[in-house]
Amino acid sequence: MAYSPHTDADRERMLATVGVGSVDDLFADIPAAVRPARFEIPPPLVEQQVRAELARLAEHNRVPQVSFLGAGAYRHLIPSVVWEVIGRSEFSTSYTPYQPEVSQGTLQSIYEFQSLICELTGMEVATASHYDGATATAEAALMACRLTRRQRIAVSGAVNPQIRHVLATYCSGPGIEIVEVPADLAEGGSGLTPAEAAARVLDDDFACLISQQPNFFGVIEPMAELAAAAHATGALLVAVVEPVSLALLEPPGSYEADIVAAEGQPLGIPLAYGGPYVGLMAARMSAVRQMPGRLVGGTHDAEGRRGYVLTLQAREQHIRREKAASNICTNQALCALAATAYLSAVGPEGLREVAELSTVQARHVAAAIEGGGLGERRFTAPYFSEVALRVPEAARRYAALVAQGIVPGYPLWRVYPDLADTLLLAATELTSDADIERLVDALGATR
Amino acid sequence: MSIAQRPTQPLDASGRGAAFHSSGGGEELGIVEPLIFDASRPGRRAVRFPFASAEARRAAEGQPGLPSSARRTQPARLPEVSELDLLRHFNRLAHLNYAIDLNFYPLGSCTMKYNPKVNEWAARLPGFADSHPLDPDQLAQGSLALEWLLAELLKEISGFSAVSLQPAAGAQGELTGLLMTRAYHRSRGEGEQRSKVLVPDSAHGTNPATASMVGYTAVTIPSNERGGMDLEALRAALGPDSAALMITNPSTLGIFEDQIDQVIAAVRDAGAIAYMDGANLNAILGRFRPGEAGFDVMHFNLHKTFSTPHGGGGPGAGPVGVGERLAPFLPVPLPVLVEGDADEVRANAWAGRSTPDAHFALDWDRPHSIGKVRMYTGNFGMFVRAYTYIRSNGASGLREISDDAVLAANYLRVGLADAYDLPYDRICKHEVVFSGRRQKRDHGVTTLDMAKAILDAGVHPPTIYFPLIVEEALMIEPTETESLETLDRFIEVMHDVARRAADDPESVKRSPVSTPVGRLDEASAARRPDLRHVFGQGGE
Amino acid sequence: MASYPTDLHYSKDHEWVRVDGSTATIGITSYAAQELGDVVFVELPEVGAALQQFATFGVVESVKAVSDLFAPVSGEVTQVNEALRDTPEHINTDPFGAGWVAKLTLTDSSGLDELMDADAYAELTA
Repeated sequence: MAYSPHTDADRERMLATVGVGSVDDLFADIPAAVRPARFEIPPPLVEQQVRAELARLAEHNRVPQVSFLGAGAYRHLIPSVVWEVIGRSEFSTSYTPYQPEVSQGTLQSIYEFQSLICELTGMEVATASHYDGATATAEAALMACRLTRRQRIAVSGAVNPQIRHVLATYCSGPGIEIVEVPADLAEGGSGLTPAEAAARVLDDDFACLISQQPNFFGVIEPMAELAAAAHATGALLVAVVEPVSLALLEPPGSYEADIVAAEGQPLGIPLAYGGPYVGLMAARMSAVRQMPGRLVGGTHDAEGRRGYVLTLQAREQHIRREKAASNICTNQALCALAATAYLSAVGPEGLREVAELSTVQARHVAAAIEGGGLGERRFTAPYFSEVALRVPEAARRYAALVAQGIVPGYPLWRVYPDLADTLLLAATELTSDADIERLVDALGATR
Repeated sequence: MSIAQRPTQPLDASGRGAAFHSSGGGEELGIVEPLIFDASRPGRRAVRFPFASAEARRAAEGQPGLPSSARRTQPARLPEVSELDLLRHFNRLAHLNYAIDLNFYPLGSCTMKYNPKVNEWAARLPGFADSHPLDPDQLAQGSLALEWLLAELLKEISGFSAVSLQPAAGAQGELTGLLMTRAYHRSRGEGEQRSKVLVPDSAHGTNPATASMVGYTAVTIPSNERGGMDLEALRAALGPDSAALMITNPSTLGIFEDQIDQVIAAVRDAGAIAYMDGANLNAILGRFRPGEAGFDVMHFNLHKTFSTPHGGGGPGAGPVGVGERLAPFLPVPLPVLVEGDADEVRANAWAGRSTPDAHFALDWDRPHSIGKVRMYTGNFGMFVRAYTYIRSNGASGLREISDDAVLAANYLRVGLADAYDLPYDRICKHEVVFSGRRQKRDHGVTTLDMAKAILDAGVHPPTIYFPLIVEEALMIEPTETESLETLDRFIEVMHDVARRAADDPESVKRSPVSTPVGRLDEASAARRPDLRHVFGQGGE
Repeated sequence: MASYPTDLHYSKDHEWVRVDGSTATIGITSYAAQELGDVVFVELPEVGAALQQFATFGVVESVKAVSDLFAPVSGEVTQVNEALRDTPEHINTDPFGAGWVAKLTLTDSSGLDELMDADAYAELTA
């Protein structure tokens, strides 16, 4: 077969060495009662055929010509040099760096990743990465429970619904109760999570308050006030953030967040129908021994050379087993490498340009739709690069535009019954003026 | 103390950085490759972005701006580097890594096989790479079809009746499996009563850790003297309080549980769930189908058996297969075929044809589901690679994978039996576990020392000190993709190390000497953690 | 066979006790320290905590292992060895001296009867 190097002669030699007559003899210990009755897998394909098969499936996806869909995953430019770095097979085909002497490439790149995430978030320690933003948030919540020895969690209703869904699954394991802090979704409402609403929910049974900046509706939350409300009852603030926004927005360390969780996909990782992505987590050094997941630390060898190792491993499952901080084993090293290369490629100025262009184009699209009399902003509070717009008969128009290969954002009414006829539109640096024009024209044509 | 200002020395021929510099403080420090931060110079750029148009700016003026109170005052100190400097930095880091694409990587329990390049080609097809996870189903028919077809193939390979691709890694597959186990027992009114998960002493650490995350108590079941499960101990431990048995089969000793039918029967008779950790599926493709044999649930490791790259520690993918008992509890959403005949769609796909009236959708309406374990439908990029791999191999290729992997492991078992102790001397499956206890006892050379000596021979050492039940363990998994010459060369290396351990133990204890850095001080790293670059101490 | 200080009492969990009037100083033995390897972190009890004989009161971590600490006697914690926070290596370098873990006020000295003397402990670890 394609990837086996063995000739029949090789196999004969190996069988003779092992001292068995046939390969079947090596499987004689499988009880006859449980041997397979069937194994109906299609026949093998050579490269030319398998390429045709995969091209056939890829072509069945209709990647939209114009899309304002974000809602947690964002289409950004991935610089060619980032693709080049993650394409190096010394990175992609290496294993977890258990032998540090021959894994310094991976280990140093993770150390750089941890440093970059700390710098972006204003926190003191960041992990080597998690599966995605939702699992990072769930693990942050469990970590808050360990740190405070409390068993209830408050979460803003304006946190990404998919993140809250995963959080609920994780909390169902140890039986941690989740209470929602309602966001202001009233007619003429702000769209944000009022600190008073958080204060009404929180008491000294709560391990943490989870809020998202910008929140799911793109609205800028009063994070410092939410942190104060949490801290007033001894709870921690878990801030869920979007990394590109941190070029312009205050870092969580400045508003006294205790744990930060984020989806790192916007940092050079393709949309790829949802994964693989990379979860970011950062915290204070005082909490490091309760952090889940791998950490890389700097040290030296006997001759004084600087080097990096996996460290504080006694927290982890392979040593602590049933008492581990988490069962997490893999991180998302290659995606973390993409994020490291991305942040290094764009630098502070580039990241600011991406964030600014995204916020300008979000305002551009909102103004164009409002100006065309096609819809209006649903919330009063300032927003970042996503905006919720109420568009009359949105469901009908959404379907009509999708049929033309235009995705006019995320249909909020599907998850929030209060938000009838409301679309969440995202802009990035890749959103062109022509895209906005096409959207407005197409929406107008559905009148 | 400043390390950033010191110039870098080029790597010498051995690959080890020869950088030594006396700092003013009299302490010697060598830097093999400086941090990316050290290359930063204000004003350098790799990537630029366009300006917003005047029209866009004008339009934006009428909208609310960012409140100044929420604005960042100090920019993040990200590196400022040219594109070439960036590329050279990461390419030099790449040179410090060992990888399958460079040489043999016999890490036991990790299945470090070749990762075919056509998989990478497929994953980067724009139709897949640019597909948004929340795109309406009608725009994502290709992604949904691929997920559905991959699930069909995994069902056939494993003999389970349903598969969820969602879990992001093996450990998350375990979490998913145990959450479903608990949901099942609760649905029968036995949720409180069944509180224990039985785990063999040879298990991966993730098994007991996962049990704890779900609120279960892990109970250890001893192995018997043949390296199998002690059936009597299992029967004694099983009872009305048992929620599940988690068993890795073949085990971490590389041994197929030859009483597996009795193990499954005992677990099911006790009303518990039979969980198979599928980490070692590479040994048994076409030879054993866990679902057909009576297991209730198993996770697959796509990054092991199905050749998706390990990426230096992820991303992986850990789909779960389940039998009828657990199927109602699978995570949401599940890709389903809503229009068209499943047999026809499958037959067409296997023949490389589309089925015109087929339509796929994500099914969220599963009232008994445990919920979501990660965002969206899973690590889709890994699904593309695994699907490509399974289609490339076909039935005959999959069988050949396990046949050749098992043959290679047994070849090493015989080839190394005179050099190292073999605690369980019997036919193995995909891996073989030796012990370095003789070398430790007779020569004071530990398995760690020998692992480092193997590095000096230019080969990655086996997994060491696992499984825990083997003293000074050396766990070797050659996989099916290594040629006979590579296996013979490895046997030579291992013999040479065993000889040196006897004749010149000090040289083994000093190794490695040819790697970019020597043995690193892990105790200092953990006592005084240095987990990020601290700005302002260097030249930036 | 290793020898151990004769003025101490030892538990089968490899902790030691030095009794001075009503004060007991506790720590882990040289044998345990060697088995663990390089100790990197000690989770100390809180001052004022009431320890029960043979119950866990803290955790000690090495690079590759982690172990619970079991109180060799019952008592109330009056002092902990703060130096271990920054230099946990004292446990390896001087387990019966600078590597002490905590001082207690003995609440039940009869618990000492359940411990071993140096010879019996040497026998156990031989």
